[in-house]
Amino acid sequence: MLRFLVEKEFKQMLRNAFLPRLIVMFPLIGLLVFPLAADFEIKGIRLVAVDNDHSSYSRRLVDKVVSSGWFSLARVEGAYDDAIRLVELGTADVILELPPHFERDLIREKTAGVMISADTVNGTKGGLGSAYLSGIVSDFASEIRGELIAGTPKPVVPAFTIIPRFRYNPHLKYPISMVPALMVMVLSMLAGFLPALNIVAEKESGTIEQMNVTPVRKFDFILSKLIPYWVAGFISLSICFVVARVFYGMIPAGNLATIYLFASVFVLAMSGFGLVISNYALSIQQAMFMMFFFVMTFILMSGLYTPIAGMPAWAQMMSNFSPLKYFIRVMRLVYLKGSGFSELASSFAALGGFAVFFNVWAVISYRKSA
Amino acid sequence: MNQLPVFIRKEFHHILRDPWTMMMLLALPILMLVLFGFAITTEVKNAHIAIYDPSNDAATRAIGARFGTSEYFKVVAELRTPEEIDGIFRFGDVSMVVVFGDGFYENLVRTGDAQVLLIADGTDPNTASTLVNYASAIVSSYQQELSPLGELPYRIHSEVRLLYNPRMKGAYNFVPGVMGMVLMLICAMMTSISIAREKEKGTMEILLVSPMKPIVIILAKTIPYFVLSVVNLATILIMSVFVLEVPIAGSLPALVTVSLVFIFASLALGLLISSAVQTQVVALLISGMALMMPVILLSGMMFPVENMPRPLQWFSRVLPASWYIVAVRKIMIKGLGLASILKELSVLAGMALALIVVSLKRFRIRLE
Repeated sequence: MLRFLVEKEFKQMLRNAFLPRLIVMFPLIGLLVFPLAADFEIKGIRLVAVDNDHSSYSRRLVDKVVSSGWFSLARVEGAYDDAIRLVELGTADVILELPPHFERDLIREKTAGVMISADTVNGTKGGLGSAYLSGIVSDFASEIRGELIAGTPKPVVPAFTIIPRFRYNPHLKYPISMVPALMVMVLSMLAGFLPALNIVAEKESGTIEQMNVTPVRKFDFILSKLIPYWVAGFISLSICFVVARVFYGMIPAGNLATIYLFASVFVLAMSGFGLVISNYALSIQQAMFMMFFFVMTFILMSGLYTPIAGMPAWAQMMSNFSPLKYFIRVMRLVYLKGSGFSELASSFAALGGFAVFFNVWAVISYRKSA
Repeated sequence: MNQLPVFIRKEFHHILRDPWTMMMLLALPILMLVLFGFAITTEVKNAHIAIYDPSNDAATRAIGARFGTSEYFKVVAELRTPEEIDGIFRFGDVSMVVVFGDGFYENLVRTGDAQVLLIADGTDPNTASTLVNYASAIVSSYQQELSPLGELPYRIHSEVRLLYNPRMKGAYNFVPGVMGMVLMLICAMMTSISIAREKEKGTMEILLVSPMKPIVIILAKTIPYFVLSVVNLATILIMSVFVLEVPIAGSLPALVTVSLVFIFASLALGLLISSAVQTQVVALLISGMALMMPVILLSGMMFPVENMPRPLQWFSRVLPASWYIVAVRKIMIKGLGLASILKELSVLAGMALALIVVSLKRFRIRLE
């Protein structure tokens, strides 16, 4: 019995030319394009320098800032008002203003001031930009200090060195971190949205009635709906691996079989969830909006874009109910750190729990009589 | 010409008949704003760290205690051997390990070459670099207290002004993004499905044999959803001002104008999608799922557009949401007037017009 049902589902899936294309193209384009976009790295902060002093020191400071590599000099403007205009238009991020008599004050008064104004609509960029800039300014001050009081012996101070190391991603490249997580996003959207629209589409076209009058058991019916998405999920995931290998040169540090094992459970969980939605929805539209609502929440709470540790306690609690959270964790751990199954047992239990819960619910909530 | 009001009333009936969908449409923006306003943050707090301290002397204990009291860190493990470092990373619980060198205090006062190694988990680059910055600041503050030197001569004082968002709230960045995303996706999904449904149910034929012009059908399809989107816009603005405390710094009329143009463009995008497909499922998969990823990732909502490679920046320009988000940031956050967004406004209006014209052209009066 099951065999024929599965055959029917596959036929239905392939009959609509859009679905097979989606299953292949979505992971392909998703992984080719999106890791390049998903980049929080702060680089090329656009600086406007307003030099009211035009002295050799002021020019040296501006040169030093530009040569630091953090900033690209948008323009050296005459007046602050022009500079702020550029920030308003969004063509500059930070303004460095050197007051008149900067050099004179520094030499005579032994202290001078500069003004840094940062566009903090994007807090990270503005905050880092002003922090880097203040750092460079104080470096410049000690450089000047060294020149002006050269010859005096350096006093011995208690000192130590701080050495930062970035394990697993030494150059802090965003794609390395994003590729495994985006695989999860691609997979969960395919494995979630497609089943969510499936049963309800049969309801709308009326074919579900024919199904209901057959002696097919509820369990077989749900299983026959699950299997095609399971297969589709494997195909998509494999495409993701190939793209990661070919275009990003990324090979999983851990075992590929571990990933497939977790993926198979994860896809079951997401598809089960989709089928639950599909059972309750009265129209395709309802199913889609419900799914959209949940998938957005799952994705945003999963730690894909923002760290879970930074969330308030209630949100961290909520994030435990996002299956994506566990699978993203697993993907990053296995892909980048080479963790083995024993280290991931708790995530496996959680994903398994989701899979069983949603699929049992899907079987129960499917009613053969209206 | 009294067909139009009647037809609009019919569309309203379609929407009101399905209260579940309507509730979700109206609740979605609220959910997004609550999530982005209160739950999701790029700030790093309470990051779990481990310490490996073979010296265990006055200096390392003092630094360790500072980590313990910092709001950024939570010391969850004291490692005994360096081999444990790898293991603890692979459990994925700890995002940084602080490693002190041997004989730390001795080296610190005698030779001045004691070492602190900060090993951060690079799988999350943003968190890793932020943690290393915070940790360096904590360690350096200890070093400065030991330093006997007073104020140095030749200092340059930097006065830092944080423009527009002095409290550095993430919501200032997210609210315009959420507005762009929610309005665009909801509008596109709603209109795309409404025509596809008529095709699938066969009621489209009835509409087509009626003497109504395509433009009337299309207008009648968009106006109810336009009203619904305006309600959503009002919800978003009220919530962001009163709940998230993101004020509207610039002119409200300008903000409303650009929003209405944007809503219209998004509805027109939905029309275009629906004129190209035959079934509801495909219409929704395109307008919901396939549009969702580019809108989240490429519109500048989360990731700065200027960081992207050139071709993606061009692609980002094609999305109405990118233009809209820029315009909203200018008016709502930076407090500029209508004059500053003329470019964005005209691009959005042009897109809306082009989309309407194309979908009218593609609108077939005959079914295959």
